[in-house]
Amino acid sequence: MQRRDLMKLAAASGGAALVGPALAACSASESAADGELLVWTHSAGNEEELAVTDQILESFNGGQDEYTVERESFPQDAYNDTVNAAALSGDLPDLLTVDGPNVPNWAWAGNLQPLDLPAELTDRFLPSTLGIFQDQLYSIGHWEAACSVFARESVLEAAGVRVPTIEEPWSREEFDEALERIAADTDYQWAIDLSTADIGEWYPYAYSPFLQSFGGDLLDRSTYLTAEGALNGEAALAWGRWFQGLFTGGFANIESPVGGEDFNQGKAAMAYMGNWGALPAMDLFDDVLFLPPPDLGTGPKIGGGSWQWAITSAADPAGANTFLEAALSDEFVADFSNAAGLIPATDAAAELTEHYASDGALRMMVDYSREFAVLRPETPAYTVISSVFTKYTGDIIHGGDVREALDAAVSEIDADIESNSGYGF
Amino acid sequence: MTIASTDRVAAEAAAVGRAPAPRRRRGDFSRSEQRAGAAFATPAVVLLLLFVVGPAVVSLAMSFTNARLVSPVAPEFVGLDNFRRAFTEDAVFTRSLLNTFLFAALVVPIQGGLGLVLALLVNQKIAGRNLFRTIYFLPVITSMVVISLLWRFLYQEDGLVNSALSMLTGGVWAGRAWLADPSTAMGAIVVMSVWQGVGFHMVIWLAGLQTIPEEVYEASALDGTTPWERFRYITLPLLKPTFVFVLITITIAAMSLFIQVDIMTGGGPLNSTSSIVYQIVQKGFQQQQIGYGAALSLVFFCIVLALALLQRRLTRDKD
Amino acid sequence: MNAMTLRPRRRLWAYLPMTLLAVFFLFPIVFMLAASLKSDHQIFADMDSFRAFLPVGGISLDNYAAVFDRVPFWRFLGNTIFVTFMVTALGLVVNSLCGYALARMRWKGRAVVFAFIIATLILPFDTTIVPMVYLVANLPWIGFEGVRPVLEVGWLNTYHVQIIPFVVNAFAIFLFAQYFKSLPKGLEEAAAMDGAGWLRTYWRIIVPLSKPVFATVTILTVVTSPATWNAYLWPLMTVQSEELRPVMVGVQYFFQLDTSWGEVMAYISMITIPMVAVFIAFQRAFIQSIASAGMKD
Repeated sequence: MQRRDLMKLAAASGGAALVGPALAACSASESAADGELLVWTHSAGNEEELAVTDQILESFNGGQDEYTVERESFPQDAYNDTVNAAALSGDLPDLLTVDGPNVPNWAWAGNLQPLDLPAELTDRFLPSTLGIFQDQLYSIGHWEAACSVFARESVLEAAGVRVPTIEEPWSREEFDEALERIAADTDYQWAIDLSTADIGEWYPYAYSPFLQSFGGDLLDRSTYLTAEGALNGEAALAWGRWFQGLFTGGFANIESPVGGEDFNQGKAAMAYMGNWGALPAMDLFDDVLFLPPPDLGTGPKIGGGSWQWAITSAADPAGANTFLEAALSDEFVADFSNAAGLIPATDAAAELTEHYASDGALRMMVDYSREFAVLRPETPAYTVISSVFTKYTGDIIHGGDVREALDAAVSEIDADIESNSGYGF
Repeated sequence: MTIASTDRVAAEAAAVGRAPAPRRRRGDFSRSEQRAGAAFATPAVVLLLLFVVGPAVVSLAMSFTNARLVSPVAPEFVGLDNFRRAFTEDAVFTRSLLNTFLFAALVVPIQGGLGLVLALLVNQKIAGRNLFRTIYFLPVITSMVVISLLWRFLYQEDGLVNSALSMLTGGVWAGRAWLADPSTAMGAIVVMSVWQGVGFHMVIWLAGLQTIPEEVYEASALDGTTPWERFRYITLPLLKPTFVFVLITITIAAMSLFIQVDIMTGGGPLNSTSSIVYQIVQKGFQQQQIGYGAALSLVFFCIVLALALLQRRLTRDKD
Repeated sequence: MNAMTLRPRRRLWAYLPMTLLAVFFLFPIVFMLAASLKSDHQIFADMDSFRAFLPVGGISLDNYAAVFDRVPFWRFLGNTIFVTFMVTALGLVVNSLCGYALARMRWKGRAVVFAFIIATLILPFDTTIVPMVYLVANLPWIGFEGVRPVLEVGWLNTYHVQIIPFVVNAFAIFLFAQYFKSLPKGLEEAAAMDGAGWLRTYWRIIVPLSKPVFATVTILTVVTSPATWNAYLWPLMTVQSEELRPVMVGVQYFFQLDTSWGEVMAYISMITIPMVAVFIAFQRAFIQSIASAGMKD
């Protein structure tokens, strides 16, 4: 249920004949240029993020007379459902937050309009915080997230495992050996915690970078028309077998709870976790390290692209862009980071934060993001890719035949791309 | 018990006790009855047409197209292609059909039977039976979302179910990850689903039991029958109408298996818990292929309808 | 009472299976309540022992306090109670009238309407939600600006979008019809003799005799309707304003990147307890009315 579109009970029927008129309706929506802007966020229940958002709104509303911005927030798990329903019924707001990999799908569907922001502003942002589809910028984020290997120095020492660095990460052999040594020499139940219970966007976000490090990918990015070869070629098969081995070999728990809880509980020696788990881990263990992910062949990789801001096709572009420009100041970028532990999107803002400044305890996350981040394929097909990858990676984790699983995944993805006439590629 | 029966007896007495009612002139009577009857039914029928039948018809139309949830491209008519895909290409859907039948085949007898056992227990004249009724009914009034979240916790390898089994077996039980093992996941969902729903059917059985007049038992007790004989030859036959009702309602509910799967297993491990409705939602909503999802919905509707008619036919023929 | 009578010695034996079963039915709920008093760390640490069921270790009401910080609880609860009340009350009127017409009145088309209603019983709401969203987005409504009525288009983001589509309920109509059929014949004739019209007969004679079935339908509506206590997906898709959201949507507020399970347990305890109260209040009438609604064909 975590971070996923839980209970999209919704279903199977409906609307496409309806979508044409709905889209027409939403571009003709009433919110044209009356100076009122409605913003939707995915942060309901997240007090820290909401507090910063409200601060931005207050400062913008107080700083000029032309526009008034209001906010409505939704729970994250069902946010995509909510937005899809709003698009269907022509009821989109003016601005909304969007999870990076969904930007192409929403842009293609006609829900978003390109941003009109000065290049000197957008150039300062980490590349993976910009949502680009077909050479147009559709979204931009205050923050980025990054995964790393959480481990305790004392444990690595006890098992005689080298501490890797960003210049010299673990090789695949070293990583495998580290797992074996930890399993043999320590009392931990599991060598590494992969938070497998998180079946929302976590699988493609966290595990597909391993695939990419092996040399495979979710999609053939030379054409964006097929997953053949990328997701079921030799490199992908090697990844699948290796990944399955982590579970069958007893190194990782097949049903590890969400959020690195096994690691926090002392059941797992290491965890592959996002930076949002770093501060709690530091509170629990005074010798926790945030290590670069292993180089499994083509260099270390981590997922890039977190939540970002976009302007809907229903909005008055002038007002919405004015608001975004004001919202993207370094101060606000830093505020989000300080309040919610997120990686600031600009260098200047990083210096204003406690943890991500040059001497901050989590500075390495910024470097990992800059050096290793790979975006999930920027195609409207990503919605299907994400769901298919999650399903078949689950099969691999549970001991299914790797080749069969990956071939089935490829055929489902390809069938979807074909039935959408290539999604414009 | 008896607001109903005493009131009814009183009313009956009132009705019967009056002088024979002079009937209105026939034409008069039926014209006003005709008008009033139609008027009373109209609000419900209009609402049903608008909010149940209307969307279903749209969905039916959609199942012959390649409609998408959000797309700049207009949907096209594809004939029976969605149905061909479902039955020839979509191995996961075929598996989901089988899983759903398996689930129903397990849940219907277990839930129906256990419901009857519970009803017999709480139908005894003993102190505190209202408390027990309430306890057994508690899961029914707890949201399925909430319950699925709870049980996912309980079924973990180091969760409470294993702790309990280990304690009961004096430590012999080694513990297993119930939901992560393809051979146990469906069983685990069956147990949880029965736990959640059985209270409802206990109440229905209980209601059936209470319609059996006490004198029937008293008469047979005089004949020196054993309690088992009384149950077998008096109670069971008299519960026949209840049985039909329980059978059909559990079947429909079991065929609609979804929330448990969505929250606890996501259809896994290795498709072992994927259900029809789960696939409808995955394809139609998550993967935005609403045309295909609508086709699966139609298949689902036909199956449930056929099952309901079949059960009705079978249980009727025995009469 | 029709209950079988037991001799005292066997009574003890009756309690044994009942108590064991009660433990089986209660343990997840006891776990939920116990966990709602603990920190996350404590919950996970207690998982492998019977401490999980006991309010032991650092227990506090912090999780409950945190719920109020994260979710506008009273607002959500108020919305849910209002919507549940309206769906149930309107549903009792609409469905019982229809059930009455089907059970006790002779009119053309009755058989067709009855078959039609039974057929809609097996149309699961889940599978038609997308066309429903589109439909309600385009329905007209009469709103008021001050006292002047205005025609509005679209029901989204209102209370009535959470209420009206769920008023009619085929199962409720069926239960009403079954129950009304079991009432003695001749009630209408007696009333007609007194000069009462159909509506008055229904209201004065039939309704007072049918309290149990009204109680049953009330419980069934509150417990099982996708629009009342468990309303979740529909309000997510049709209600954008936080002011109008119901309690189940609030569950999602707790699933953040760092989910606090203690808070989740506190929240779900808070939204479950009112339901238990409703059930206890109606339990007796509920069982009776199903009995008298009689599962006769």
